[in-house]
This record gives sequence, C-alpha cells and structure tokens, in this order.
Amino acid sequence: MIRFAWLQARTQTAIAFAGLALVAIIVALTGPHLVHLYDANVATCAAHGDCSTATDAFLRNDKTLGVWLGILVIAIPGLIGLFWGAPLIARELESGTYRLAWTQSVTRTRWLVIKVAVVGVAAMVVAGLLSLMVTWWASPIDTASANRFSMPLFDERGIVVIGYAAFAVALGVAVGLLIRRTVPAMATTLAAFVVVRVATIFWIRRRYIAPLHRVSALDPQTIGLRTGNLGFSLLPPTPNIPNAWIYSTHFADKSGQPLAHSVVARLCPHLGGALGGPPPSGSVTKAPRHLDSVLHDCVAKVAFRYHTVTTYQPASHYWTFQWIELGVFLGAALILSAFCIWWIRRGLA
Amino acid sequence: MTAALETNGLGKRYGRRWALQDCNLSIPEGRVVGLVGPNGAGKTTLLHLAVGMLAPTVGTISVLGNRPADGPAQLARVGFVAQETPVYPRLTVAQHLRMAGWLNPNWDAELAESRIGRLDLDPGQRAGSLSGGQRAQLVLTLAIAKRPELLILDEPVASLDPLARREFLQDLMEVVAVQGVSVVLSSHLVSDLERVCDFLVVLTASHVQLAGEASDLLASHHHLSGPRLVGTLPSGIEVIEQTHTDKQSVLLVRSEGSLPFLDPMWSVKPVTMDDLVLAYMRQARGVELPARSPLEVLR
Repeated sequence: MIRFAWLQARTQTAIAFAGLALVAIIVALTGPHLVHLYDANVATCAAHGDCSTATDAFLRNDKTLGVWLGILVIAIPGLIGLFWGAPLIARELESGTYRLAWTQSVTRTRWLVIKVAVVGVAAMVVAGLLSLMVTWWASPIDTASANRFSMPLFDERGIVVIGYAAFAVALGVAVGLLIRRTVPAMATTLAAFVVVRVATIFWIRRRYIAPLHRVSALDPQTIGLRTGNLGFSLLPPTPNIPNAWIYSTHFADKSGQPLAHSVVARLCPHLGGALGGPPPSGSVTKAPRHLDSVLHDCVAKVAFRYHTVTTYQPASHYWTFQWIELGVFLGAALILSAFCIWWIRRGLA
Repeated sequence: MTAALETNGLGKRYGRRWALQDCNLSIPEGRVVGLVGPNGAGKTTLLHLAVGMLAPTVGTISVLGNRPADGPAQLARVGFVAQETPVYPRLTVAQHLRMAGWLNPNWDAELAESRIGRLDLDPGQRAGSLSGGQRAQLVLTLAIAKRPELLILDEPVASLDPLARREFLQDLMEVVAVQGVSVVLSSHLVSDLERVCDFLVVLTASHVQLAGEASDLLASHHHLSGPRLVGTLPSGIEVIEQTHTDKQSVLLVRSEGSLPFLDPMWSVKPVTMDDLVLAYMRQARGVELPARSPLEVLR
C-alpha cells in the first residue's frame, strides 16, 4: 500500500522538491553575503559605537527577498493543505476510484492511514526543509532585528512550519472526506486553515506559558502624553527587551491597581494648563519640550506610588513556544486523522 | 456448502428513503447470478453491501460465509467491477496492474499480462484515455487476476456498445468456465443476462421480487391464453400478470411443480426470461398494464 500511495504522490512531491531546489539555489547564492555583511558591520558595531545606524543599514539588504521568502514559508503549509490534503480523498470519492481501491485486498482504514501518512510525511519534510533554509538564510537579519517573537517572524521560522504543514494535510483530508467534492473541499480547507492560524496568532499562542512581569521605576525621559476625552494621561513607554514578546505595558501601584485618570488629574493639575488647552482628542504625543519640567514634577509625584509594569515573554521562552506550537498543531493533526479513520470505518452513508 | 451470498432481512436506508428493504436471499456457490431491475431499484446498493463498501442499516449479509470486507483475507476473496468502471486516469495500464499486484496477495501477474496482451491494450497508455470498453476490460482484468472466489460486477456493460457488450460477456464466461468462480452481475437489461446467467434475482422498488435458479423459474412459469377468464383457476396456480380483452385472457402464471390439469380451451406456452422479468417488474408497480407498456421500451 505504501508503494501505491507513493506512486500517486510522487509527481507532486517531485514538483515540491524542484521548488525547494530553486529556493536552495537562491538562498545559497545570497546567504553567505548576508553573513559577511553582518560580520563586517553589525557584529563589530559596539566598537564603533553607533549600533543603531549600522543595524538599520544592514537590515536594508535583501529586504525584498526576505519578505518573499517569509511569504513563501507562511503560504506553503496552506498550499499543501489545499493541493495535497483536500483532493487526497475527495478526488477518489468524487471520481469513484475509491470503489476500485476499497475492493483490493487492503482494508479502507489501512488505505486511508497509509495515504495520509505518505502525503503527511512528504508535506512535513518539504515544509521543514523550506523553513530550515529560510531560518538559516535569515539568521543574520533576525539577530540584528532582535524581534523573533513578532507576528510574522515567529510563524516563518523554526519548527512550527512542520506542524502547520501536518495540520493542513489532516485538515484537507478531513474536509475532503466530509464534503466529497474536490473544489469545494479545497476552498473550505483554505478558509478553515486561515481561521485556525489567525486564531492561533491572536488568541491561542499567548496562553501557552504564563508571561513574566517586569517592574521598573517611572522614567520621565521615556514617558509620553496621551490626550483623550477625559483630558491628559501618561503614556507608558514600550520597553526595549531584545527578542521578547511584549504583551502590554502599564502603570500600577504595589497592589496592582492601575493608574486611574483621576489620580493623574489630581497629582498633576498644571499639566493641562501648561500644554495650553487640549490638543485634538485621541492623539498620542511625545511630551513637548516646554513641558519637560511640568512633566518631570508630575512623574516624580506619580512615581512615589506607581511604577511601570511590563508583561512579556522573554527571549528564553522562544524555543519553548516553538515546541508547544509544533505540539499543538501535530496534536490537532492527529485528532483530525483519528476522526477520519472513525468516519471511514463507520461506512460512508 | 456455504452460500456465495446470503442475506437476512437486509435493508439499507439513506436518510428517510429505503434503497433496499426486506432482502432475503440465499445464492449457492458456483452460479452466475443475474441481478435485474430498473435503474434506482437498489441493485448497486445490494452489491455495495456485498463488497462491504456500505454497512447495512438492518439485517445481515454474509458473503462466502463471512461479513463483507471483514479484513484483507475476505477482501481478497471477492473481486469487484464497479459501475462505470472507475480507473485512475493519470496512471497507465501497467501501473494499474502493478498497483493491483501490490495490493492483492493472490495476484496472478501472468494472467493479468496475458489478458492485457490478448485484449490489445497498450500497457503504457494512461487509463484516462482508454475507451469505455477498454476501461471495462482493464477493471475486469484487475478483478479476475486477483483470483477471487466470487466476482461481483455492477452494470459492467451498461456503457458499452452492442459489440463490446457481447465480447465482454463472452470473455467473462470464458473466465467463469476456466476459473470456476461464482459471479453476480447486475443489469437493467434482461437481454444482457439471459444468455449468461443461471440464477436470477429481480429487484424492483428496493424489494426482491423474484429469486431462483433460472431453469426452475422457467419451468414453473407459463403463458396461458384462452377465452375471457370467468371465475377462478385451479388452486396451485398463482397469477402473476393478466391482460383481458372482451373475448380473451392472457395470463402469466406460476405453479409449484408441474402445471395441474387445465381445461383444454387454455393453450399453454413456455415463458422466456424476458417475459418473466418484465411481468415481475410490472407486478411490483401494482398496476396491470396493457401488453405494450412503457416498460417495453427498456428492451
């Protein structure tokens, strides 16, 4: 059965590997140059003193290529689910060839398991190799930008891509088994895959591990002003923690009580007057220069009881997150596959 | 001796519609069974139940003494040629044979290759570009070279032209003679089956109307024609179908054993399988139709 499943899957797998070879060539041609540039400019920037200029300049290299490789890594699992997963069973059901397959001397459960396993493994290998190449290629860029947890970057690197690919195949197979029509199954698979991925990014991923809290004193140099319907409030700075995922920053007292608007108004009655009437509502500003002393006084008063609390995932959690996300998607793939087996065993209606 | 196919109160329901109901059959091994009925009568449902592609809603079915598709060994004992003879369009003829070789433990590669050679199929040709007749031959080859004990064919000749139809059935009969397999084949046309089958099952409106050895059925049914029927016929004669004019009655009757003594004014003629099947199909409709009914068109 494995040989038969491979006979059916080998053309598409060959196409995928041809694509991978192309990416490998591009990456091999441009990657070493990036490493060289990084070593020459960014790695030694501390000695020259001006690291941010050097980093900014370095990050302008191969920016377009980097974006496209990122898009490719994001898209490949979805495309695999669309073109490999969804038609895998749906096409057999639609064209009637399942009646040929199920009456050979192989149970339909085994038929399903082997087919899904062969295509699933192929998908994971393709996605894994692609991610490996892009992760390697982009490592100087990622090191320089120090933002590995950010939304597109986390999804484009490392081992999570393997999980996405496995999940996409299982999802496509399950949808195909239920819908039994190739084209609608492909459309539904893509839509469902996008929904799951977006839900993961915005709601699920942040709950893998409890975040850390960093408490720091208020610093008038970095605090901004926000104006809203109620007047002025203080704007907490975004802390610079390399490669961390910052959930939020806010002011709170020892008991965790957030800084209320009324407290600011009471402690800093001159702030509004000094600004000379409220600026347009909702605008977020860096405190203007002539307000420095007023703001200073204000921050000093507020800092007596309040401090800045940053909720974040440190860079050290990065690989834990990668493994958890891989596990979540592989687990979902296994659950979907188990459902498919149950569904096909109970007999298609 | 185990039955090739045995069903007990078998029924299959799709949603609220029964595709097959109250099916009780016992077909001995070694027969060529013709399963006849109009389109939508439940033939495919019955055959899919027999190969285990469907599970019964009620009742039981056993094939060669076992539950259908109950593991690889049972699957290996039954060959199946599905309706419209599906093949993988992008695989070649040779790849189909290789696939069947991988998937079937009793695969007879020599038989398969010699058949393909004899049928003049190009092994390198993609199955998607075969003609309907060639495709049917390919699928039949796959089913035969699997060396099954029972061969089930669902409307194998429906899409073939008359010549290909005849060749296909002739070829099938040769295989039956050589390999001694039991065969169940369905068709909505009696004419396809009457030359080849020795056991008949008539299925109409999801019910089995008639089942039995073809020779027994032909021996126990008669055409009677005579003056306008008044009163009743002797006991032991069941009227399957009757048509009356003012002066004359034409009956198709069944009698267990030999026909009892009848008034000599009745003339008795044997029935053909065609007559028999059509009469039972009409009976299932619950209406008495004039001699030229729309069902005749089926012929």
